[in-house]
Amino acid sequence: MPDPILVFVEQRDGKIKRPSLEAVSEASRLAKASGTSVSAAIVGSDVQALAADIGKAGAEKVYVIDDPRFKRYAAEGYAKAVVEAMRRAGATRLFLAATAMGKDLAPTIAGLTGSAVATDCTELKLDGDRLIGRRPVCAGKLFADVAFKKSPGIYTLRPNVFPQSRDGSATPAVETLRLEASDADSRSPVKDVVATAAGKVELTEASIVVSAGRGLSAPEHFKMRDELAAVLGAAVGASRAVVDAGWRPHAEQVGQTGKTVSPNLYIAIAVSGAIQHLAGMSSSKVIVAINKDADAPIFKIANYGIVGDAFEVVPALTEELKRVLHH
Amino acid sequence: MILAVCIKRVPDTNARPQVAPDGKSINPQGIEWVINPYDEFAIEEALRLKEKAGTGEVVGVSVDPDGNESILRKALAMGVDRGILVKGGSMFDGAVTAELLAGVLKNVKADLILFGKQAVDSDSYQVPSLVAHHLGLPRANVVTKLEIQGTKAVCRRQIEGNEELLELSTPCIVSCQKGLNEPRYPSLKGIMAAKKKPLEVLEAPPIEARIEILKMEPPPPRPPGRIVGKGREAVPELVRLLREEAKVI
Repeated sequence: MPDPILVFVEQRDGKIKRPSLEAVSEASRLAKASGTSVSAAIVGSDVQALAADIGKAGAEKVYVIDDPRFKRYAAEGYAKAVVEAMRRAGATRLFLAATAMGKDLAPTIAGLTGSAVATDCTELKLDGDRLIGRRPVCAGKLFADVAFKKSPGIYTLRPNVFPQSRDGSATPAVETLRLEASDADSRSPVKDVVATAAGKVELTEASIVVSAGRGLSAPEHFKMRDELAAVLGAAVGASRAVVDAGWRPHAEQVGQTGKTVSPNLYIAIAVSGAIQHLAGMSSSKVIVAINKDADAPIFKIANYGIVGDAFEVVPALTEELKRVLHH
Repeated sequence: MILAVCIKRVPDTNARPQVAPDGKSINPQGIEWVINPYDEFAIEEALRLKEKAGTGEVVGVSVDPDGNESILRKALAMGVDRGILVKGGSMFDGAVTAELLAGVLKNVKADLILFGKQAVDSDSYQVPSLVAHHLGLPRANVVTKLEIQGTKAVCRRQIEGNEELLELSTPCIVSCQKGLNEPRYPSLKGIMAAKKKPLEVLEAPPIEARIEILKMEPPPPRPPGRIVGKGREAVPELVRLLREEAKVI
């Protein structure tokens, strides 16, 4: 069978991260097109029961590495577990979701296997026996088509780009793997997880993002952004200018020195559209801009723009959405 | 304490780089090059740790295909003590960069090796972890807070909506995220001093390429922007379009 694919499925606190199921779904789509197989590896403690959801997304087989040592993430131990699953599956391609964990883990696996990582792919296409990853460089100002000169090819897939499938079997084959413990497995263990923004929607995984910029003129005015986001169940973002001014934390920054996002809907409030900001959000499917300056660069890429004062338009938009969506 | 900082020369983020005539690389013409913005946090952190300790050395290391020393000079002007420039490697093959860096760093014998969390041109996030693998060192990526306690490095690492707390034993590798500190500007005195600081230039040995870039191109253009209307009167029409035309809410 040519080039079987293994997908690392991320779980935190016993819950699978959705972007991992997107990666399984994409792997399954490619495997069908090339006549190969898809398996998945899940690492953690008490994670056996999660195999059904992984099967539904399209994995034919799930390798479970269930060990109390892996209750919390440790890059080296997780990497060793995934490499063992790749060996068992004969996989020459590895997919991971480009989440914080995926982007941390992938290069350690690349180290163990003598390969490299194609990070944050937004498209994967078969070309003969090559699998080409299309990925943003310079935060999406350009896109590069990357192929591997050496096996395995390791690809991380950008969240919220590949559709999640639910057509697979809820009873995939399951194989439990045991690993010999060694000190090197926990060179970089996570000791604790500290909540900084509990309950909020994560920016890079959100299907709707509401961002605001310096045009809101003071930190206290970001409440209107948050209220609009709450009605839509959206994540909140900010421009570099307001982060540099200390109005908002860096975790909210969208753009080349912040986060790159591709939601279905991106609403930019009083964001002028500096080139670094546009680089981080212009792959959003639908962009809405609200700005009082009709010449703001953001209007050039906005599918829908309203020229007007955010202080007037945003509360009106929040009210209208409340009225329309909750009836 | 010996602190190593790995830095990369990248295109200024204020510019939109163009594709070179070969169709698979960035056209260097007209580009202004800068220190990778995240590497500035790494430099600043190294300088602060040395200042706090009152002793030590900060070594800047850079791999540059053109052998250009401009950003290492800037790092020296900020206060880095000496530089090592490896001429060779590739802008986008991080596995090659990592092997070259590891080759240099194993001789530097630093207690702490600092990186930016990603280079803003290749955006791969892979070099710090690969170097950690080659050197057999612990590492923490995307760090917003770092505290050295004896032979322990206590790191806070940014993840989705939370932070992870890691305690690494030194020597170790830390990649830096915005928020860690506020990088300084080089002083005039620093710029003058930088000219006399040692900067060693090494030729890169041949390293096997892991990836091949087949094509590079700008993203497809978005449809031209469309103004729905002015002020709050345009809101009902916007909501209608989002529901009925775009179908995103």
